[in-house]
Amino acid sequence: MATARDTETSKVLELAQPLPLDGGQSLEGVRIAYETHGTLNEARDNAILICHALTGDQYVMSDHPKTGKPGWWVRMVGPGKPIDTDRFFIICANVIGSCMGSTGPASLAPDGKPYGMRFPVITIRDMVRGHIALLDALGIDSLYAVVGGSMGGMQALSLAASFSERARAALVIASTARHSAQNIAFHEVGRQAIMADPDWREGAYYEAKENGGKGPEKGLSVARMAAHITYLSEAGLTEKFGRRLQDRSEKTFGFDADFQVESYLRYQGLSFTDRFDANSYLYITRAMDYFDLAEEHGGMLAKAFARSKARFCLVSFDTDWLYPTSESRNVVHALNAAGLPVSFVELSAPFGHDSFLLDVPALDRVVEGFLGEGR
Amino acid sequence: MSLLRPDLAVIAANVAPGSRVLDVGCGDGTLMQALRDEKQCDARGMELDPANVGKCVAKGLSVIQGDADRDLAFYPDKSVDYAILSQTLQTTMRPDMVLEELLRIGRRAFVSFPNFAHWRVRLSLLWGGRMPVTRLLPVAWYETPNIHHLTVDDFRALVKERGITVEGCWFLSGDTQCSSAAANFRAEHAVFQLSRG
Repeated sequence: MATARDTETSKVLELAQPLPLDGGQSLEGVRIAYETHGTLNEARDNAILICHALTGDQYVMSDHPKTGKPGWWVRMVGPGKPIDTDRFFIICANVIGSCMGSTGPASLAPDGKPYGMRFPVITIRDMVRGHIALLDALGIDSLYAVVGGSMGGMQALSLAASFSERARAALVIASTARHSAQNIAFHEVGRQAIMADPDWREGAYYEAKENGGKGPEKGLSVARMAAHITYLSEAGLTEKFGRRLQDRSEKTFGFDADFQVESYLRYQGLSFTDRFDANSYLYITRAMDYFDLAEEHGGMLAKAFARSKARFCLVSFDTDWLYPTSESRNVVHALNAAGLPVSFVELSAPFGHDSFLLDVPALDRVVEGFLGEGR
Repeated sequence: MSLLRPDLAVIAANVAPGSRVLDVGCGDGTLMQALRDEKQCDARGMELDPANVGKCVAKGLSVIQGDADRDLAFYPDKSVDYAILSQTLQTTMRPDMVLEELLRIGRRAFVSFPNFAHWRVRLSLLWGGRMPVTRLLPVAWYETPNIHHLTVDDFRALVKERGITVEGCWFLSGDTQCSSAAANFRAEHAVFQLSRG
């Protein structure tokens, strides 16, 4: 059926069967790069799937091979941590459409050239289909829990709704059951920044880059800058930067990065282009924009969970204006209406949407408590 | 269930085993835990304070951070056997509407509240001329969460006016129960079991 093999950086599963997609097409020769931690027990019932966010990856607790930085959730996942690798078998897979080893627009199509814009538009549920194929290959019928923040939370909700028998619990942090007009609007700014970059070349920039030329780094960097603002709170930005000037005592009356916040954003944008593919950014933001769990149920979100038997826990943050508490409440009300066991808490944290990745001890307690089930 | 607060012990003793329960204002989940572990109930909760919600989740309980005045509307009709509101009625913006919601969501409701007509409270107001600060109402008027003080007789009048059936009532003074007759004077706490029709 499928073969798994280790590469230098990640385990990779190669699917023997084409992966069917919501758009009607199917994807041949799909590769799914993933990492695991801890030990799968004999009953194969202690597995937790962690789903990563838009620009995240499978390196949840191991060092990132490109940046050398520690895993993106080391504060949450590890021995004795809230998601305890001494107790649970942790799986984290790069989503399809991404660029960290799983099949995406930068991968080679059957004709031996990169897909570019020939890559089919995918959905959050298509990403989840990739995860399910991985669970099949690993011999895991039912997850102890599926966990995710932001886009990871969308995958967790999608998995709980569409593959209800595959997870016994879902932990959804700073997320939503549908992208709002504002969410779509911000993503469109990012996409237009990429597509307006002449080096984007309708998505066919891989050859140019290989020959020492440029890709749409400028556009991708601007996209990241705009998005990065949405991940932070106004108060957080003010506290971190205020109106302080960058390495100078006076304004220059020019368009240099006079302000610290400008310098910070430019750095964030630039460093992002070293690790992320512009076309992946287009495809993944599109998948998020298409996400609306209630859509195929006549707008009745509760119906999306009609077959679910999982326990749910949703967490929002009071300073998150990207996926505000009202979005989590919307999901909670639907789960309630479906009669499912659900917990919800809005935590106070100063970091905006990014709070789910940062030092919020109250989040650790909720995660540990929910997964611990009172044990 | 000996460790439960007296009004919670009364409620726990009168909930049928195996029922579905919604505890509105469930605090740290003590009652829910007792109902789950000792009466095999499917207990759900709602609580305003996020720290308390965290404690409940850590006990494996399903609790939603929410406000009784605002968030009960999202629960389906008759979705639980019992809706419980313990020591919370007097903190709500519209106790009458919350009461109606409890009886819409639950086939039955338990409501417990401190009795503002207890003789100690009356004496304090009569002789001191100040808003009472007692063992049961230990917080000064300007910082108490109790914004709608009520008496046993007030509550009896409300349920009568709304056509709500009183299936049972228990009156507590300290840890001991007192009789229904002089309850408005002698009871510190009241617990009512209610239904509609």
